[in-house]
Amino acid sequence: MTEVDKKLDTPVGEVVEASTTELVAQCHELYESPPLGALIKTGGEDTVYGVVAEVATRSLDPGRRPVAMGAGESDVEAIYSSNPQLGRLLSTEFRTVVVGHMANGRLNRYVAPLPPKIHAMIYPCDEEETREFSGSLHFLPLLLSAQVGSPDDVAAAFLRGVSRSHADSRAFLVGAGRELASLLGGDIHRLNGILRRLAHD
Amino acid sequence: MTEPDIFGTPERLGMVVAGSLTDGVEVRLDGTASIEDVKVGTFVTLQGDRARFFGVVTDVSLRATDQALASMPPDVSDPYIASVVSGTAAYGVINVEPMLIQDIEGPMPSKTIPSHFATVSPASEEDIALVFGAEDERNFWIGSPLDMESKLCLNIQSLVERSNGVFGKSGTGKTFLTRLLLIGILQSNSAVNLVFDMHGEYGWKGSAEGGREVKGLKQLFSSKVAVFSLDEASSKRRGLTPDYVVRIGFDEVEPEDIEILGGILGLSPVAADAAHFLQRHFGGKKWLSEFLSIQGSEDIRNLANTVGVNQGALAALQNRLSRLKRFDFMTDTGQGSVDRILEYLDRGMHVVLEFGRYGSNLTAYILVANLLTRRIYARYMERKERASGDPSSEPRPLVITIEEAHKYLTSDIASHTIFGTIAREMRKYNVTLMLVDQRPGDIDDEVMSQLGTRITCLLDSDKDINSVLAGAPGGRKLRSVLSRLESKQQALVFGHAVPMPVVIKTRDYGTSESYRELGWKDAVELKSQMEQDAADLFGPGEE
Repeated sequence: MTEVDKKLDTPVGEVVEASTTELVAQCHELYESPPLGALIKTGGEDTVYGVVAEVATRSLDPGRRPVAMGAGESDVEAIYSSNPQLGRLLSTEFRTVVVGHMANGRLNRYVAPLPPKIHAMIYPCDEEETREFSGSLHFLPLLLSAQVGSPDDVAAAFLRGVSRSHADSRAFLVGAGRELASLLGGDIHRLNGILRRLAHD
Repeated sequence: MTEPDIFGTPERLGMVVAGSLTDGVEVRLDGTASIEDVKVGTFVTLQGDRARFFGVVTDVSLRATDQALASMPPDVSDPYIASVVSGTAAYGVINVEPMLIQDIEGPMPSKTIPSHFATVSPASEEDIALVFGAEDERNFWIGSPLDMESKLCLNIQSLVERSNGVFGKSGTGKTFLTRLLLIGILQSNSAVNLVFDMHGEYGWKGSAEGGREVKGLKQLFSSKVAVFSLDEASSKRRGLTPDYVVRIGFDEVEPEDIEILGGILGLSPVAADAAHFLQRHFGGKKWLSEFLSIQGSEDIRNLANTVGVNQGALAALQNRLSRLKRFDFMTDTGQGSVDRILEYLDRGMHVVLEFGRYGSNLTAYILVANLLTRRIYARYMERKERASGDPSSEPRPLVITIEEAHKYLTSDIASHTIFGTIAREMRKYNVTLMLVDQRPGDIDDEVMSQLGTRITCLLDSDKDINSVLAGAPGGRKLRSVLSRLESKQQALVFGHAVPMPVVIKTRDYGTSESYRELGWKDAVELKSQMEQDAADLFGPGEE
């Protein structure tokens, strides 16, 4: 098993908050979140697919704000090595938008009838899975209407990332752009914004 | 379930999204089809739920899903954004006029329109052949549809059944088209041609751009074509000995022949009318020569009093008619030119009458064309009526080609002229017209409305366009097609001889390959064919 395969088989975190449209997961390791726009899946039989829409690192105890500790230290890494307890006091969480699920061995690109259980493991999707999932982009409205900070950035980051799994990434991006244009035909400013993010890939 | 391919399929142009029978249908172009590739006049097919339609693109427009696009255009300097936005947020719409519907019996005029989302594609070669027929004896290959190589055919039988018009500004290829139509008629044997060839373009040879010469009918089909001439010297100069030199006798001119010349000669209606009184006075055949021989104002005054016509008018008439004496082809007595022409036509020969130097003289052209046509038509009428009991003795259908019709088929005189009569009566007496003209707007509406097939090259005056399109189904929408024709080798054909209006690129004419395609054989081929024929007849020669 190669390093990459091992990484893909290792859960990156587990679900701590679940609804039919959104999952919030906590990372097993501090700062080890999949990036914005990455496609992830839950383990188990009824796999649910999501796209990382927000990543945040904060204090585990909402009442205890981190304080500045770097006086006399040379850089941020030095602070962590001299304060190993930080790994237990802070946690990295990511919020994902549900974009599909498996049901009876079939891939559906819409929200699942039920959310996964809390503590369900979350795995990154490999390139082949990503390519298969993005074979159709009918789930894009789910991303564009997600109640997150910047859904347009999520969509753009997702499409940019996914395009790398396709042999002709340019053709994929053009097809995806057209799909966006038909969804956002009435809002040319928003469409322009996303296309500009995709253009500079 | 298979998900649709997000990249689209390239063969189709788009789909029907709106429309009506009166206004045609709107077709939203697919993102993959560029609006710049779709031209007005293009022949397309529309595949509905159950039926297949054939239509013509009549308009092309740009639309946007968001009105803000016009004021805040996307950053199309980036090729990616440009390729995404065009065809989606900014897209093309074409208006298509569905003309025909595919029926069990073949394409029929469409009385309905395709349903929503019917797929629209460019017509294929098979579609062209299905609608316009494959090239054969009845169907003459006249050109090809826009941006296609396939052969588009005219039904010659339908063409000669009614009068037709070939229109277009000068230099747009009317003469080439007419020459092809004449050849089509000739090859199909469905009628005989009588061409009043004003500028010597059809008989022996014609001229193309840049002084190049092209072969006329006689050179291509010498056994089927006779060239008659009004001006033997000019014909000879051009390397041709005419089959017959036409002479017109003063005794053959009738008052009706003068009437049509009224406008050209600047005669008042009173003066033109006076000819009738003169004929009554001098009697049948001699009236014109007698009238022209009168000298002096005293005699004119006496004559005016006798026949009861204003003296001034009579003097004007004499003055103008004396111009006829200057024409060398005018003789005292006629020499049976009409009989000679009919004799050729009856044998199935096609007659081209060259005017030589008189081609530039409109008076001569109209006088001769009108005079001959009137007599030929009278004979045809007689024969046709005689043949009513015996269909086998019917005269051969005759197509008379005339040029510059707008000068003598104007609304004030068209009703008096023989050409007006022929156009109105259509095929009743087996005689039809082919008008070749550059100013159809000046031709009488009634004559225009009777034209069965209209073939028109580029026209730019509104009056001419309106007149050509008057009465054509979907005429309003064909306007944009007509005014966008290229100035060379393109024509819009509609009417009786084609199932639907179509823009064609006229078939090539003037290269040896084009002659060969029309059935002409050069000397080498003729020789080898003769040898082959001889071998077939007598067996191979001795070694």
